[in-house]
Amino acid sequence: MLILGIDTSTTAISVALHDGDRVVAQATTLDARAHAEHLAPGIRAALDQAGAAPRDVTGVVVGIGPGPFTGLRVGIVSGRTFAFALGLPVHGLCSLDALAHEAWLGGHRGGLLVATDARRKEVYAAEFLLDEGGLTRLAGPVVSRAAELQHDWRRLPIAGRGPLLYPADLPGPPEDGSEPSGIPLPRDVSAGALADLAVRRLADGDPADPLDGLEPLYLRRPDVSKAPPSQKSTLG
Amino acid sequence: MTDEPLVLGIETSCDETGVGIVRGETLLVDTVASSVEEHARFGGVVPEVASRAHLEAMVPTIERACREAGVSLRDLDAIAVTSGPGLAGSLLVGVAAAKALAVALDRPIYGVNHLASHVAVDIVEHGPLPEPTMAMLVSGGHSSLLLVPDVTNDVRSLGSTMDDAAGEAFDKVARVLGLPFPGGPHIDRAAREGDRIAIDFPRGLTSRRDLERHRFDFSFSGLKTAVARWVEMRHRDGEAVPVADVAASFQEAVVDVLTRKAVLACKDNGVDHLLIGGGVAANSRLRALAEERCTKAGIALRVPRPGLCTDNGAMVAALGAQMVAKGREPSDLGLPTDSSMPVQLVQS
Ligand SMILES: [Zn+2]
Repeated sequence: MLILGIDTSTTAISVALHDGDRVVAQATTLDARAHAEHLAPGIRAALDQAGAAPRDVTGVVVGIGPGPFTGLRVGIVSGRTFAFALGLPVHGLCSLDALAHEAWLGGHRGGLLVATDARRKEVYAAEFLLDEGGLTRLAGPVVSRAAELQHDWRRLPIAGRGPLLYPADLPGPPEDGSEPSGIPLPRDVSAGALADLAVRRLADGDPADPLDGLEPLYLRRPDVSKAPPSQKSTLG
Repeated sequence: MTDEPLVLGIETSCDETGVGIVRGETLLVDTVASSVEEHARFGGVVPEVASRAHLEAMVPTIERACREAGVSLRDLDAIAVTSGPGLAGSLLVGVAAAKALAVALDRPIYGVNHLASHVAVDIVEHGPLPEPTMAMLVSGGHSSLLLVPDVTNDVRSLGSTMDDAAGEAFDKVARVLGLPFPGGPHIDRAAREGDRIAIDFPRGLTSRRDLERHRFDFSFSGLKTAVARWVEMRHRDGEAVPVADVAASFQEAVVDVLTRKAVLACKDNGVDHLLIGGGVAANSRLRALAEERCTKAGIALRVPRPGLCTDNGAMVAALGAQMVAKGREPSDLGLPTDSSMPVQLVQS
């Protein structure tokens, strides 16, 4: 088994290969503006790192967001096309779940808010409960202003870049020792965590916890108001 | 069996998801999925709507192209993709898909200029291009006169529009006349019933002075305004607007300037071939007048069939195949998109 994981829903352009037991290669670039430039070289770098050829890959999992649309689409179309070219199955997973799973792998237990950059002064957010068995998404994903997220969410330990962007609105737990043991929480999605979560869910085959579809989680309708009336018509 | 390069081309610079496959100079398939109907109610292409549609259409369009051409992706020699100019978010979907194919299949990738592709597509329609070729590209996004010594690496701009593209003017005038988007085909149809000398609309940048300073440049914004004002006056006077006559007279003003300058460019540069591409090349009056004036001037006219004039993947594959055949270096896998890629830059 060799699963190619791809996520471009955050600032990280992240690629990983997972052999069913562990992540065997990972390539991550931080660049919020150039997802399409770094992703394919990242896939090639990960393959080289693992000493594998494209035809050794047995499946693809891609983060379906939510995340800023332009970057998100780069990952999804790349995952779909790579899989199609080699006749492989392709799965989608909520990218916020991958952040929660990375926190879980790092030893975090208990409640967790994942809040990532949604641009336009908003965050994508979901609430999780992490226990020994793994993660459960209790609510979300939603898109919202950080200050408008429900109060008890904002007092949870928080993964994602939300607290870095909106420290006043997303302070996390109070300084009274309820923060679990200073375990660092991830800020950007790692494709390694994404692939690991996919491998576990596929192994479980738990019908109550299926892999998500392959459609991007936009959570917003297209903005047609700001669109130029016709930068270029359909005349070609 | 043949050793001509088999190239798949992907085009997503606007609202058409195009995938074409070319072997050497032979077109095997040209598959296009368009999101035009989703944009019609907004009166123009909405970038986010186009990007979403590209994502959904990409794999199905590649799949359909391969099936219809009877080609397996494994047989491809190279992937070509439009890397600019165009809508940034749309370009990214196509370029990302092309790169994924290139990595998965371990094939070279060529990121190519959309405008050069509009020129190269005529190779699969009418054979090799004479060198140099004079090309006029007219569409919703561009109106340019290009001198093309070598479509794979030497494309020179002689002039282009200074404001609206020709197709843009068609869209805007269609709106003024209450015709649906996209305006080109509707104006063309309405104009057939009209009198093209009914109204004397202005011909931009054709005065003697303009022909010195802006010899091969175009301007259609003044024309568009003149049409709008003319229609407004009729409304104000409570008179019916003769849509067919306005459409015919407006269209005549556009194609008169286009063909006059194109023929002039050929004469000035001693070129005896004119190639017309881009969506507006599907306009029946432009074709007719170009034919008439080229014949008179002893210039051979080449216009691809309408389906190859509008944006499509075959044109990208056609240019890619030329690049492979001429031994051009492929692009780097990290190639960027460039929404305002200059026409002189054939490859990124
Ligand atoms: Zn075009």
